[in-house]
Amino acid sequence: MTTLIGRVREHSSLTALGGFAVAAILLFAVAPAVLSDFRLNLLAKFLCFAIVAAGIGLAWGRGGMLTLGQGVFFGIGAYLMAMHLQMADAARLGNDVPEFMEIAGIRELPGFWQPFGSAPVALLAILVLPALVAALLGYGVFKRRVKGAYFAILSQALAAALAILLTGQQALGGFTGLSDFRAFFGFKLSDPVNRQMLFFIAAGTLLVVVALVRQLMHSRYGELLVAVRDQEERVRFLGYDPANIKIVAYVVAAFFAGIAGALFTPIVGIISPADIGVVPSIAFLIGVAIGGRTTLLGPVLGAIGVAWAQTAFSEQFPSGWTYLQGVLFIVVVGFIPAGLAGVWPMLKGLVESRFRRGGSSVPVVVRENAPPEDAVPAGQQVAEEKVESR
Amino acid sequence: MDVLIGQLFTGLSLGSILLLAALGLSLTFGQMGVINMAHGEFIMAGCYTTYVVQKVISSAGVSLLVSLVIGFLVGGALGAALEMGLIRWMYDRPLDTLLVTFGVGLVLQQFARDIFGAPAKNVLAPEWLSGGVTILGAVVPKTRIFILVLAVLAVTVLAVVLKATPLGRRIRAVVQNRGLAETSGVSSRFTDISTFFIGSGLAGVAGVALTLIGSTSPTIGQSYLIDAFLVVVIGGLGQIKGTVIAAFALGLLNSYIEYETTASIAKVVVFVLIVIFLQVRPQGLFTVRTRSLA
Repeated sequence: MTTLIGRVREHSSLTALGGFAVAAILLFAVAPAVLSDFRLNLLAKFLCFAIVAAGIGLAWGRGGMLTLGQGVFFGIGAYLMAMHLQMADAARLGNDVPEFMEIAGIRELPGFWQPFGSAPVALLAILVLPALVAALLGYGVFKRRVKGAYFAILSQALAAALAILLTGQQALGGFTGLSDFRAFFGFKLSDPVNRQMLFFIAAGTLLVVVALVRQLMHSRYGELLVAVRDQEERVRFLGYDPANIKIVAYVVAAFFAGIAGALFTPIVGIISPADIGVVPSIAFLIGVAIGGRTTLLGPVLGAIGVAWAQTAFSEQFPSGWTYLQGVLFIVVVGFIPAGLAGVWPMLKGLVESRFRRGGSSVPVVVRENAPPEDAVPAGQQVAEEKVESR
Repeated sequence: MDVLIGQLFTGLSLGSILLLAALGLSLTFGQMGVINMAHGEFIMAGCYTTYVVQKVISSAGVSLLVSLVIGFLVGGALGAALEMGLIRWMYDRPLDTLLVTFGVGLVLQQFARDIFGAPAKNVLAPEWLSGGVTILGAVVPKTRIFILVLAVLAVTVLAVVLKATPLGRRIRAVVQNRGLAETSGVSSRFTDISTFFIGSGLAGVAGVALTLIGSTSPTIGQSYLIDAFLVVVIGGLGQIKGTVIAAFALGLLNSYIEYETTASIAKVVVFVLIVIFLQVRPQGLFTVRTRSLA
């Protein structure tokens, strides 16, 4: 069975270094020079989405785990950061509670806000909490070998539950969320120089994240992850526990999403349940799918591209974007599952299959649970034929 | 005690709504392994069908009964179209189907927004469903009893269809062993389309029922869809029995936890309980036993 990734193509580390150098120049020199402050801030927001996408690429593209709830981890990171910024603002102004609470008539600081007044605690929580939640859910689901489809539904349900929970919490700004942050760790957010600094932080983070994902993909672990995606049972028979392999990828993806959320808050200046619910969580996926879910750079570039397209489009036709989003999901996931990254190999495969006798004329796609071609001769699979298999 | 009884009926009526919403899913997801995210939008289509029918037929009682039929047909037609247009190519990629149908749902949602506008629309309930009935000291709205009866009726009809009609036999045959069913002369294509038609039609019926208890908006389906999916996950695949038990269990659980805490905390608590439940029974309550590893 051919998949998109027989093996990771061996790039020399020189090529990779060159790529990183070009990306760094683009992000750190070209972008600030050619973009207005407003556009640069927009790009910073897109970079946050790209960080989430890199994690999804690992978990979904490489690991086959359709995670429909990255908004949960994004939201945890974003809200934690928002709480810290609010507390810091309140402390600087000498208030007992953040401003929005005073307006809402909350005079007493709720207990769960207390620890996030200190920067180290808040940062630690941003790094640990999303990963912890993902580890718990992943452990609960993968260890018991719950179906992949169930995992997708559960991750989505968690996103819905968190959005509803946050909407109901007046102490977290309820439906409107948290906004109006004055400073970011002491740096005034009204100053364009500091906003540019935020962009640089986001860009640097994205580069580090991409480098990490690349290392993971090229490692033995990356090979195992792909193996689990394509043939989970075989990996189990080889003596590995697929659950652990999956949990790691899921936790890493959650970790990235949490960091992205924490950056999103000061860059955009508002975080509300609308940014983290079911629809935004799934919207993270479309960029990944378009760019090419199994590749390293596909998800990142796809996410930036889609976010940019959405902004450009929504300025012109607000309702048109929803249609386009829907159509993109249908066309890309349905008919170009390898994404833009797979278009060229797909065409090449079509051309080659014209000249190959007996070769499959089906373009390479990632199939789930496809029967291995070389496992047993056809006709002898009856014993392990699944009821729901087609 | 009155509170308990009241909560019991709240739970039962929530359960019956979930059951209506999940019945169709248990067919399409349970029997065919397709995760149809547009199911919520089929529910919404049922809601708007009721709204339109009432515009035409002013008598609320007649229009409700007519809507039930038309809602079923509208939902079914949408489902069959979806199956024939998209899903038939993707039976070996269930997770991708999920995303594709989500895209379909987005399009349908926006379509509804463009036609009917984003603000919520209200449908008049018929005279004979206004007011409530006092049962064991708790006042239960008649509309909720109607939905409960409708859910029971839908389950019964579906069970009879699956058990005793030629079509039902074909559906069960294809589910159990597609290859063998085909060699025995069952048209699996026709069966797949019929299954989708029935499952999506039930979503339409659920939509009609929902208009009795609240207003209709383009996103109404989404709010019920996830709970409906959870019902199927808990109930297990391939059997109506599981769906029925899971729907009422989830409904009762939700209403009691909501009563003890708040609606927003209840969601999270229920979610955690479901994950814990899956530790005990990863496949859900009832499953068709197979020898497969997965």
